[in-house]
Amino acid sequence: MSKINELFNKEVKVINIGLESFYNDLKKQKVSVIHVNWRPVAGGNKRMASLLSKLK
Amino acid sequence: MIAEKIAQANKEAVERLLNAQPVLVGIGTAGKDLPGMTKKTVLHSGPPITWDKMSGPLRGAVIGGLIYEGLAANEEEAIKLAESGEITFEPCHHHNAVGPMAGVVTYSMPVWIVKNKTYGNYAYCTLNEGLGKVLRYGAYSEEVITRLKWMETVLAPVLKAALELSGEIDLKTMIAQVVQMGDEGHNRNKAGTSLLIRELAPYIVQTNFPEKDKVDVLKFMHSNDHFFLNLTMPAAKCSLEPMKGIKYSTLVYTMARNGTEFGIRVAGLGDRWFTAPAEIIDGLYFPGFTKEDANPDIGDSAITETAGLGGFAMAAAIPIVQFVGGTPQDALNYSKLMYEITETENNAYKIPVLDFRGTATGIDIQKVVETGILPIINTGIAHKKAGIGQVGAGLVRPPMKCFEDALEAFVEQLEAEGEVQ
Repeated sequence: MSKINELFNKEVKVINIGLESFYNDLKKQKVSVIHVNWRPVAGGNKRMASLLSKLK
Repeated sequence: MIAEKIAQANKEAVERLLNAQPVLVGIGTAGKDLPGMTKKTVLHSGPPITWDKMSGPLRGAVIGGLIYEGLAANEEEAIKLAESGEITFEPCHHHNAVGPMAGVVTYSMPVWIVKNKTYGNYAYCTLNEGLGKVLRYGAYSEEVITRLKWMETVLAPVLKAALELSGEIDLKTMIAQVVQMGDEGHNRNKAGTSLLIRELAPYIVQTNFPEKDKVDVLKFMHSNDHFFLNLTMPAAKCSLEPMKGIKYSTLVYTMARNGTEFGIRVAGLGDRWFTAPAEIIDGLYFPGFTKEDANPDIGDSAITETAGLGGFAMAAAIPIVQFVGGTPQDALNYSKLMYEITETENNAYKIPVLDFRGTATGIDIQKVVETGILPIINTGIAHKKAGIGQVGAGLVRPPMKCFEDALEAFVEQLEAEGEVQ
């Protein structure tokens, strides 16, 4: 059995990063899931991200 | 490494803020006590602004200030004088002062004198006029000017004499107490006003003024829940001021609005303002008013948030959501969210419902830009027309542009000095 089938034969525990709708869908299906409140640095503003990186 | 220099500078800046010991030492007058005042100087809230760009409530307060000083006999003369270029308009913040809403301060106005005993610097603020038709919301009718004259000739002398009898009042301890008593120090000042009355009343009655004056002073303070706001603000101002000029620090030491623009100043960038158009406040309106009536965000009172009070301490003042909007859970969330953008937790202002966690303190422009989380400010809403007054209260955030421009300037400065590539 491939590793991926092995995974789906167990209880799936999910950490969701990104769109919250994925988290909501899994929750509705009673899958154990947590949503990470994540945003790209400076909301994806490349200019600001580059300025911030100069200070790291 | 630049990151280490910034971390060290921010640590020093926030320590200066936390070590501050603001103390009420007396009452003076703007003309004598504020640096650089002339009879034709009119101070206002927020970043610098010219007459032509002032919003309704600020213009109204300027008109009232000129009439109060006897520089103009009526509205028409006051407008002519304001337009003439003879009046020097400057921010309160450039004169060690702060003012709620329009923040207009003129030569003869009495001011609270607050000293930061740790660093020896002072901050000043006028005495709070109460609600309704008041100068800080741009009203300038006869009743407003008469009240201001009473404040100058009765209220301030009585309180000054009482303070001379009582001795200085430790505002740091008092503000720490009021946060435990359900105030957040910006829009809820009931506990602070009550504590101040407790401190001063025994000495007011011992002064040699006529009985009627003493009764009127006590009644005036009792009738105005926001009386203590004008002490929390200079306490915050003189606590934050020693952060100014700490090289490499990315912490904010001023947030203020003039009704047209929002401005911030950053410790490592000295006196420079970073401004953007002020936002309209999201809030609850008094009966008969809507968002259409609202002036953009105005006042120096966001100095409280800058020091870790106001919106940052809302979890300590949950009933305030009935005044500014939202749910009790929102109040908790706002205070908790602010830890994401601040350097540390306050050592004096502690929130009981968060296991006495210190309020989020020391706003870092790096963290604001990186997370996209803006400081939360709870504030009064002024009518956009002069003289109508407060039309509601709510929550507002500064424009992100202020923080982005400050970050840009900070990096540019370091590039010019060869600190970063």
